[in-house]
Amino acid sequence: MDTTAVAKTGTEGKLWGGGNQPLKASYGKLMMWFFILSDALTFSGFLAAYGFSRFKFSTEWPIADEVFNHFPFLHGVDAPMFYVALMTFILIFSSVTMVLAVDAGHHMNKKKVTLYMALTILGGAIFLGSQAWEWSNFIKGEYGAVETRSGKILQFVDADGKRVALENVAMGEQESLRQQHTESEGLWYMDEKALPDFTLEQIKTGFAAKEDLKIRTMKLDENGEKTILDRETSLDYLNNRGIGIIQGANLTKNEYGAPLFADFFFFITGFHGFHVFSGVVILVIIFFNVLLGTYEKRGSYEMVEKVGLYWHFVDLVWVFVFTFFYLV
Amino acid sequence: MAHDTATHDSSSAKKRIWSVFIILSILTIIEVIFGYIRPTFFVETTFVSMSILNWLFIILTIVKAYYIVWAFMHMEHETKGLRRVVVWTAVFLICYLIAILLIEGGYIEDVYIGGHMTWDF
Repeated sequence: MDTTAVAKTGTEGKLWGGGNQPLKASYGKLMMWFFILSDALTFSGFLAAYGFSRFKFSTEWPIADEVFNHFPFLHGVDAPMFYVALMTFILIFSSVTMVLAVDAGHHMNKKKVTLYMALTILGGAIFLGSQAWEWSNFIKGEYGAVETRSGKILQFVDADGKRVALENVAMGEQESLRQQHTESEGLWYMDEKALPDFTLEQIKTGFAAKEDLKIRTMKLDENGEKTILDRETSLDYLNNRGIGIIQGANLTKNEYGAPLFADFFFFITGFHGFHVFSGVVILVIIFFNVLLGTYEKRGSYEMVEKVGLYWHFVDLVWVFVFTFFYLV
Repeated sequence: MAHDTATHDSSSAKKRIWSVFIILSILTIIEVIFGYIRPTFFVETTFVSMSILNWLFIILTIVKAYYIVWAFMHMEHETKGLRRVVVWTAVFLICYLIAILLIEGGYIEDVYIGGHMTWDF
């Protein structure tokens, strides 16, 4: 059987000559890296798609500082981005406790692994709660807006250019006969989205009566600020283009501007939040394994290292989401 | 394994973690300050069709990403091969994706604005 014998290649002993492990990483860790790489490309796809849509509407994209300006317990205070910055810190800090847990694992220090993993889980949970709060503010909306026939948004400002909420514009009684359609009312089991608090007629009446009010369109001027129309054009836009009221945001309409903005917000932060959530679940499972002494018996805390990789990746993605959604 | 941090003495590994945390915090604080003030000079000066404020944000983000991957994910202790397999793949594909999509987005906007039809009525 001499003919089937493998000839010497002359590369024995070289790094890529075969017969050794050139990457010097365990199977599990390597697979975690492959997963992270593919997931990173998924997120890049999302963020690049966001960039695509934003470039498409670069002259009318909502200004993030105006949309995300809430802070807990500071109602009505304009605090752009501070809350997301805080969320970023929480996530970075949970990354620190995670890497400390990995480090303690290298020293087979069960007590410290337990402590640091618990802190990481806590950080992840706080982050998830913060994101829920952020979402609820976004969905509820703040000022409300009027939608035009072409699907654009008209917002109200006073003489100083400050935003005015719909409730301060509307005047007169709600005379519409329109009722909220519920499942129990109709012929078939269908309902509809909640009706806005005001009718377009009330807004038109109020706007005509309050003479210092003006309309702000989606268009960005050369300073990157939204265009404010003069009084006459404002009246023309409202009376001839307005078709309805928008309060808050969902997947098809939002009071902040381009509907795509809300779609990408829900999709990207939602997908990231889902990663954080699954990260917390995996952390909890491994946390209990640590408590039970599984890794102590196994003689290696590599599992903590692997979930650590995933957790840091989630933090990494957030760093990019933070930049492209809130800063740029 | 040779590349484990276990081979380092524990205090130097911990020191590295905390110093990276401080670097990441400072970079984030710089981003937030610039994002809050938006200095007119940074907004108005453009470099390769983007304001240098945005360049600053993106560069700081990449620096932060570098620290997270290298220090927290221990990429600095992995072999050269693993590092290249992961980082180069991502970098090349992402650059390609961004270039294609952003150029296309800009083109579609030109069509919207320059077309003989108004989209605002």
